Amino acid sequence: MTPQHHRIDAGTGTGHRAVPRLGLPLIPLPATTAQILTACGALLTLLSTFLPWTWTRAFPGNLTVTGYPGGLQILTLTGAALTLTQVLATAAPTGLPGLRWLNPSGRHTATLLLAAGTLATTWYTLIAIAARLGGLVNLEPGGYLAGAAALTTLTGALALPHTPARPLPPARALPAWAEIAVIAAVFGLALRVLTYGIGTAYGELFTGFLLLTGFTTAALFAGGLGARLTTLTHRHRRVTLTAALVTAVLFPLTQDTDEYTLIIVNILIFATVALGLNVVVGLAGLLDLGYVAFLGVGAYTAALVSGSTASTLHIHFPFWAAVLTGAAASLVFGVVIGAPTLRLRGDYLAIVTLGFGEIFRITVGNLNGESGPSLTNGPNGIPNIPDLVILGYDFGTKHSLGSLTLTPFANYYLLMLFFTALVVLVFSRAGNSRIGRAWVAIREDETAATAMGINGFRLKLIAFALGATLAGLAGTVQAHVAYTVVPEQYVFAGPVPPNSAFLLAAVILGGMGTITGPLLGAALLYLIPAKLQFLQDYQLLAFGLALILLMRFRPEGIIPNRRRQLEFHEASTDPGPGADGNGIRLTKAEA
Amino acid sequence: MTTTTATTAPVLTATGVTMRFGGLTAVRAVDLTVREGQIVGLIGPNGAGKTTFFNCLTGLYTPTEGTVTFRDTVLPPKPHLVTQAGIARTFQNIRLFANMTVLENVLVGRHTRTKEGLLSALLRGPAFRRAEKASEDRATELLAFTGLAAKRDHLARNLPYGEQRRLEIARALASDPGLLLLDEPTAGMNPQETRDTEGLVLAIRDQGTAVLVIEHDMRFIFNLCDHVAVLVQGEKLVEGTPETVQRDERVIAAYLGTPFDGAPGEAEAAEVQAAEAHAAEETDR
Repeated sequence: MTPQHHRIDAGTGTGHRAVPRLGLPLIPLPATTAQILTACGALLTLLSTFLPWTWTRAFPGNLTVTGYPGGLQILTLTGAALTLTQVLATAAPTGLPGLRWLNPSGRHTATLLLAAGTLATTWYTLIAIAARLGGLVNLEPGGYLAGAAALTTLTGALALPHTPARPLPPARALPAWAEIAVIAAVFGLALRVLTYGIGTAYGELFTGFLLLTGFTTAALFAGGLGARLTTLTHRHRRVTLTAALVTAVLFPLTQDTDEYTLIIVNILIFATVALGLNVVVGLAGLLDLGYVAFLGVGAYTAALVSGSTASTLHIHFPFWAAVLTGAAASLVFGVVIGAPTLRLRGDYLAIVTLGFGEIFRITVGNLNGESGPSLTNGPNGIPNIPDLVILGYDFGTKHSLGSLTLTPFANYYLLMLFFTALVVLVFSRAGNSRIGRAWVAIREDETAATAMGINGFRLKLIAFALGATLAGLAGTVQAHVAYTVVPEQYVFAGPVPPNSAFLLAAVILGGMGTITGPLLGAALLYLIPAKLQFLQDYQLLAFGLALILLMRFRPEGIIPNRRRQLEFHEASTDPGPGADGNGIRLTKAEA
Repeated sequence: MTTTTATTAPVLTATGVTMRFGGLTAVRAVDLTVREGQIVGLIGPNGAGKTTFFNCLTGLYTPTEGTVTFRDTVLPPKPHLVTQAGIARTFQNIRLFANMTVLENVLVGRHTRTKEGLLSALLRGPAFRRAEKASEDRATELLAFTGLAAKRDHLARNLPYGEQRRLEIARALASDPGLLLLDEPTAGMNPQETRDTEGLVLAIRDQGTAVLVIEHDMRFIFNLCDHVAVLVQGEKLVEGTPETVQRDERVIAAYLGTPFDGAPGEAEAAEVQAAEAHAAEETDR
């Protein structure tokens, strides 16, 4: 990894804009005092979680017990503990031996971010208690103590001296097995955090979880530990991929009930379709606002040939044939829509694809034998899609493997995981090839791309068709997971993902042109609406607000593409050559 | 100065190329021949229609009348087919793929000389790996040739101006062209960079690629070119060796602004420019 990468990774923390890079800290205090203040604040916050914060169990999670933190208190406890370790890891002059590895950069930004995260989580909890129970009077002294202690921590952290960013010192060499063990441990931890997030039983806990995880992740990168991990995963690519896959496969086995497995199957479907859309939007730069129609084509095709009693075609294809038929139908649909529309550029393409998406839904709603030929049962859709049976393995029943049990949804989860892995493979291979480079070239400058011998229309049609096929592939599994397909699943915008608007949001929010970006974006966009039910009517408002904030502070998405990272944050990463590069735009615009 | 005999085979022949934008004729019945091993200069005052003529040659515009022939084949007015046939170009205002790396930019230039489709990219067989390796080797070679080897992993947008110009040339050369069209390759360069570019253009010609160059820097033109054509107000005014052109009174008049019969007025030049800008917008969309 080049020093430049280090610099970028070290600067990605969300807090780095709020904090002046050089000069004096916001609050003038001697450095040692500031560190002691931060440490004491964090310790006090930690201890306060062992006190009751409220008097009644009416607030979920039971925050009334002395000596036994519960619910949101556990999040504050975690945040405070992490802050404390960071303070110790960066304690003057060189950090406590044995803890120094927690902050290789030696900067205090990580401490500041963690203190801010703990404060946000704690104060959010207190406000949520007051809001739900009707007034601050419902807080116990422990709650006040927690709030004050978290504020003290942040005050101390703000007084910590700023140290300029510099390249990370080289990591201590570890034996290969130890590095692999670290990767495995990180994935285990990630799985634990993820299952905790999905398993959060009420909205407040999930919000607190999101706040804390967000700040902690930012702190991880600000402290340089993130860059260390990136180096490690790059060195052991195969191991990392295997670990990711094993983690994903193990997930359903950590679940006792089907509840969360169903959620994660839906996340996978959503994520896979988002990744397909990423070919069209992220690589080729074609704004497709009707993408969900391709998912619909795949799902309807699979439903029609599934042998469902409600299907108008009374045929039952084996699953592999259904998948191929669904993908092929989507491919044909993609080419039929793409061929006339891809001659348009920019906004016009967006409007036309939006129209085609709606046409699909309305047409399917009308093919009921009354307004049109009888094919899809109109608005009633095709229910009772039978469970899959592949090589005698019935997906609809429980299977026991020794002491482990695979529930029906776990079966579908594993099937969908296979397709997600397939789409990831297709995306990475297509993106990193002659065709993929041509797509990016078209996105960058179509005129120059054609002057390089690229047949713009043909390449765009390939991107469109590939995207459609991948969505159709996901659709065939979706039909079986949901047991039912109805036209209303395939709208432009709706409260339940996947729909075209959410798919696009997942790609842009996650990070265009990357693989992990849409996966993470889809997970967040699925979980946030599902967990924020308590906001009711304000759900979409909060969602919109979150999107605006993200686009303001991180326009390149959560997981930035290397290129886009440079594009948006050039001023802060590489001021020299960029200034030269901007000069060209002043020349006469011709050709 | 190198001279080449006019007896080598023609690479590019433009016959009666006329381009009209509505009622305005930007290029009127221009004939031009570029022969193997030649560097041909195309000069003229601003708004004379040089870039419009270039765009007609490369298929970016469909000429209203006339044909363009490349090595005995009439070129279809489609940019990608023109490049496929063997004509590569650079742009007056640099049009690199700004957010791709230097190497990727040159690899995109290899597009017409490689065949690997989507399926072979997905399967990654040995043929695919071989082709990728070959492309990368050729691109590395071209980067070394243009002096950009050290910058291969930089983003194109982060290169200094002169290197961006050279990268555009490297990208164009990647399609192994028989003819290279350069649109004001030294615009905005300092004298040192201009001299470097002269050396680069000569080296390209010595490798067997004919060059047609639009330029305002007369020293550059007269140092390099075997043959010079002057466009004024969309028409070819004079053509010949640099010496002939240099001495021609009409050329001097056109550049220094001495009135003569049919000299382009300011208003007319502005009109041509506006029409070209309009057409450029249309192609951009």
